[in-house]
Amino acid sequence: MPDGILGRKIGTTQVFREDGVQIPVTVVEAGPCVVIRQKTKGKDGYAAVQLGYAEVKKKCLNQPQRSYLEKHKAPYLKHIREITPDSPDKYEAGKQVVVEDILNAGDLISVTGISKGKGFAGVMKRWNFKGGPATHGSMFHRSPGAIGQAAYPSRVFKGMKMGGRMGGKQVTVRNLEVAEVLKGKHAILIKGAVPGSKGGLLLIKRITSRQKQDEC
Amino acid sequence: MNIMNIMKFVEDKQLKEGLPQFRSGDTVKVHVKITEGEKTRIQVFEGAVIRKTKGQNRASFTVRKISHGVGVERIFPLHSPIIDKIEVIRKGKVRRARLYYLRKKRGKAARIKELGRR
Repeated sequence: MPDGILGRKIGTTQVFREDGVQIPVTVVEAGPCVVIRQKTKGKDGYAAVQLGYAEVKKKCLNQPQRSYLEKHKAPYLKHIREITPDSPDKYEAGKQVVVEDILNAGDLISVTGISKGKGFAGVMKRWNFKGGPATHGSMFHRSPGAIGQAAYPSRVFKGMKMGGRMGGKQVTVRNLEVAEVLKGKHAILIKGAVPGSKGGLLLIKRITSRQKQDEC
Repeated sequence: MNIMNIMKFVEDKQLKEGLPQFRSGDTVKVHVKITEGEKTRIQVFEGAVIRKTKGQNRASFTVRKISHGVGVERIFPLHSPIIDKIEVIRKGKVRRARLYYLRKKRGKAARIKELGRR
């Protein structure tokens, strides 16, 4: 059961490690988040903490969103997500959550975001099909090939890998490492890439189930 | 904080100050920190700069020298922490920014004219 925070992707660059190795990092603005309310087992059926992120003007929210936030005496927030931390008591309603309290450099995290949309993609891009030869008289280039048999089953099975919309879906990347926490800037550097475009909303959770010691 | 400001902060933080001015054609001594086990020592790589690339914290330059009759090129990230210091030995007079033609030249033909000092 992890601690988490909301953020948005800012961009990618690289940083020097002390021994001169350059490591690729994604800069992520993480928080500050506001705890809107705690969900409890007795009342809601399960325990969770509701976090809100990105303060906006009143006119940016619709009436149901406004009244929900007003009911819980929270500021106007654009994004609301739930996390299920180990000790929900740490997250009091109305409290601000900053990234320094949750993550340290070296922590393993999972990052959830909406991947970049790729539009209508063929099977080679979407499902890593091999395709056919480009030359030597080949007339079979990027097509999927056969998708089933004739007499029996005489239909195409559900879930057959074919071309179609790719990307624009929720993707979670696990076991990313926090390279650095920029104190006071509400930002962190994550080693490697995270899903989505710049400015895209991310849910960052610390991974506690797999201890760091197991790896060493 | 604004998006570009955070990016700029992350990248600018790594930039070194007080780097000497040099360009393609110059001869430089690059003092490189080498860590062997516990000890750190400094090795000097001396040669001609044949390329410089821009790009904030990603900027790099390539130094070429002839070692035991074999051409050796090494690419250094300009702001790398393993570079202790860069000394400019000679200013070269060259007419292009990328001196790849030096790779095909040997001996006398591979020399770079020195920029006349006043």
